[in-house]
Amino acid sequence: MIDCRLSRRNFLQGCSALIVGFSLTRSLAAQVLAPDLPVEAVQKTLDIHALDAWLAIRDDGRIVLYSGKVELGTGVKTALCQITAEELCVSFETVSLVQGDTWLTPNQGITAGSKTIQVGGAQIRRAAASARQYLLEEGARRMGVDPSVLDTVEGRVMYPGDSAERYVTYAELVAGRSFERPVNPQVDERAPEAFRVVGKSLPRLDIPAKVFGHFQYMHDIRVPGMMHGRVIRPPITGASRLDGLSIAHIDASRLPAGARLIYEGNFIGVVAEDEWVAMQAADALRVTWGYTSTLPNPGDLYDRLKYMAEKPEVQVDHGDAAGQLAQAARIVEAEYRWPYQNHDSIGPSCALADVRQDEATIWSGTQGVYALRSALADLLEMQESAVHVIYTQASGCYGHNGADDAAADAAWLSKRCGRPVRVQWSRADEHGWNPKGPAMIMRVKGGLNATGDLVAWHFQNWTPTHLTRPNARTGAAGLLAGQLIRGVPLKGQKGGGNRNAPLNYTLVNCRVETHWIKPLDSPLRPSALRGLGAVANTFANESFMDEMAFAAHVDPLEFRLRYLQDARARAVLTAVAEQARWVPQPVQAKAWCGESTQGRGLAFVQYENENAYVAVIADVEVSEAGIRVQRVTVAHDCGLIVNPDGVKNQIEGNVIQATARVLKQEVTFTPTGVTSLEWNTCPILSFHETPEIDIVLLDQPNLPSVGAGEATSAAVPAAIANAVYNATGLRLRQVPLTRQRLAEARERLA
Amino acid sequence: MTVLSLTINGITHKVDADPQMPLLYVLRNIVGITSPKFGCGLSECGACTVLVEGKPVRACCVPVVSFSGQAVTTLEGLSTSDAPHPLQQAFIDEQAVQCGYCISGMIMTAHALLMTNPSPTSEEIKLALMGNLCGCGTHVRIVRAIQRAATMLRAGQST
Repeated sequence: MIDCRLSRRNFLQGCSALIVGFSLTRSLAAQVLAPDLPVEAVQKTLDIHALDAWLAIRDDGRIVLYSGKVELGTGVKTALCQITAEELCVSFETVSLVQGDTWLTPNQGITAGSKTIQVGGAQIRRAAASARQYLLEEGARRMGVDPSVLDTVEGRVMYPGDSAERYVTYAELVAGRSFERPVNPQVDERAPEAFRVVGKSLPRLDIPAKVFGHFQYMHDIRVPGMMHGRVIRPPITGASRLDGLSIAHIDASRLPAGARLIYEGNFIGVVAEDEWVAMQAADALRVTWGYTSTLPNPGDLYDRLKYMAEKPEVQVDHGDAAGQLAQAARIVEAEYRWPYQNHDSIGPSCALADVRQDEATIWSGTQGVYALRSALADLLEMQESAVHVIYTQASGCYGHNGADDAAADAAWLSKRCGRPVRVQWSRADEHGWNPKGPAMIMRVKGGLNATGDLVAWHFQNWTPTHLTRPNARTGAAGLLAGQLIRGVPLKGQKGGGNRNAPLNYTLVNCRVETHWIKPLDSPLRPSALRGLGAVANTFANESFMDEMAFAAHVDPLEFRLRYLQDARARAVLTAVAEQARWVPQPVQAKAWCGESTQGRGLAFVQYENENAYVAVIADVEVSEAGIRVQRVTVAHDCGLIVNPDGVKNQIEGNVIQATARVLKQEVTFTPTGVTSLEWNTCPILSFHETPEIDIVLLDQPNLPSVGAGEATSAAVPAAIANAVYNATGLRLRQVPLTRQRLAEARERLA
Repeated sequence: MTVLSLTINGITHKVDADPQMPLLYVLRNIVGITSPKFGCGLSECGACTVLVEGKPVRACCVPVVSFSGQAVTTLEGLSTSDAPHPLQQAFIDEQAVQCGYCISGMIMTAHALLMTNPSPTSEEIKLALMGNLCGCGTHVRIVRAIQRAATMLRAGQST
């Protein structure tokens, strides 16, 4: 077990924790933080305009990259080090990364939305290129030559034409000093033709420690004097509205020796020296709750969403969709439904906090150390500057899971008991209380003219916001503990539900509207889950594109290409069709008798309408036993690829996770709250259900990198639904596409 | 509290613990072995899998007293980073990790499989991993890594 205690007073002592957590070396930490200086003097700059916020060069020539974007398990640590090594002209092995620490790393916002390489990588690339420019100029000054005759190679400024082969190392130029100059926003970056490191499938830096069992996850951190905490949860599990809660009685008579009860408002916790005692204490506590539930009956969910929605917000209004629909030769209309969905993190959330009178240190698997710091400062009634949040990788993170809430639980319990407290959520805590990917309704109406052209498109969706993350705006109201302790209602801002509601097809008459549902009007607490609204919206848009293609008696691939001018969009569709040997689909009605049958379906998306291009072909087998996805072929264009194998790993993960989302996953609930509290009721894809995956990467070395972390998740669901239609003639419009829904669709058709 | 004797990765530990405490908490909080992970506490996910007398066991649910005097093997006991076990090397070679939280359980389950079946088919591997969940979707690579490890072991590259 490692000693992770860290406070301003014994910062250097605490560096051993940082060393383990962030792969730093001891000498580096010593360099960053000189021992005898006051804290204010050793604090490095966090100003994103300053080069020193991003990079440091040690006297042994090693490079330290300070990244506000963090490794959630997707491989970005490796990719960001590749970008740095490339632009700085050093070997990959010399770069190490310090991530997500409100004392050490610049604020690059949250690590989410497939933006780490796209946005964070671009910032880091500019910083590294600026550092290289500075080193070149300094080297020229030192050698007394013009910078234009010099080059940078493997950590040296070289004079290639020089008979004496003069050079000066980066370490000699800057070691022990800071850059003291800004990042140059107009700096020249390395030309793709010269890339040595970017574009290579370098092995991930974090994998060896993970397979040898040395990797320190959030769950593994221990500090001296630490207590273990557990939180006792109220009924109405997972509800947005907790205002009807009250505690009638707490019976602590069976609390085991060594356990202590801590409560305030509707927040009840126990702490104990021993984790097992804390767990037994949580079980032994008997709480009588008063509550009023505003949750609907499960069958009324989609009606409730429509009822709670605001007036529609127009996202797109081109031409005259209503007028053209009125004149169309053929109109097709369909409604699609997406359920609340859960996060697949195998380890429930965990956090550790050491809250003192005048300072607090919190270790968390959060996606945003700065945003969490703001919310925690409000909860703890402390200045932000007194709260130090340190990111530590937890179990896989696919959006706003319980990580931030666990941090708040730990912080509050630590504040109240005066000791560091580690809180480990149970499986039921995580499945029940983490924010859910919102349920959504999508209704689409399309019109064909007499010659089968798609002349009008009208899309409407009803969606809770997908943005209720804790931050400075929400304060404590963004944290479950804050809502329970203070009785403040959940806060959020409008967003996420309109992602990929608009199409990338060129349609003259198109109207897209979003009916927003406020956070508290969503029965279950809504927030960000991988892909946000893009997943449900693309499920609807791309299912409906197939419905229109069949109405027009045109092959779905050909139909899509008719309305796509963008060469990159056409390229992914063509590539996936070639790879999977797409044969134009016969357009004929099927009468499925329940025998085992096969089909294939296609879907396309440009993520967020402006980022990665993805085309997917799914091959499925359908029988009375249900739907089995046999093979998924993906063509993927995310601009410049930094690490091809890393991108493939992400695409595979997206395919597998999205297959589970579309076939199996639905958060179930009753008026007393979420009932899918473990994996059997909210399943992940098993090894037997995993499709074969075939990936074509279309690299664009001269174009900016865009995210690869979630785009594929948006395209997979419709490809599967379209394949089911192709196999059976049954159009399934409500996710998950279960065996029961398949049987119901068959009965309806009969 | 009871003093129990456990042999963990070849080393005998005298552990003073509530005999009903699940093995996982003894390993993680008392012995300081952190590769077995807490995932569900319900024997559903396999993140806590360790081998007891060579057989995979879910450490999250079974009281430590059940293992008194028995040999427990965790990921730490498989090898060192200087001489990786073929399974560890194969997981690196195949880059068969995303977040990695499930990986200790995957490798231990695979280790038990390969000890009894050195040439498993991919179907047999999938069957063995039925009780191990991966949330990131690393399934394809995990199966490939186990196949690769089996080949390495058969070729006599085992350590």
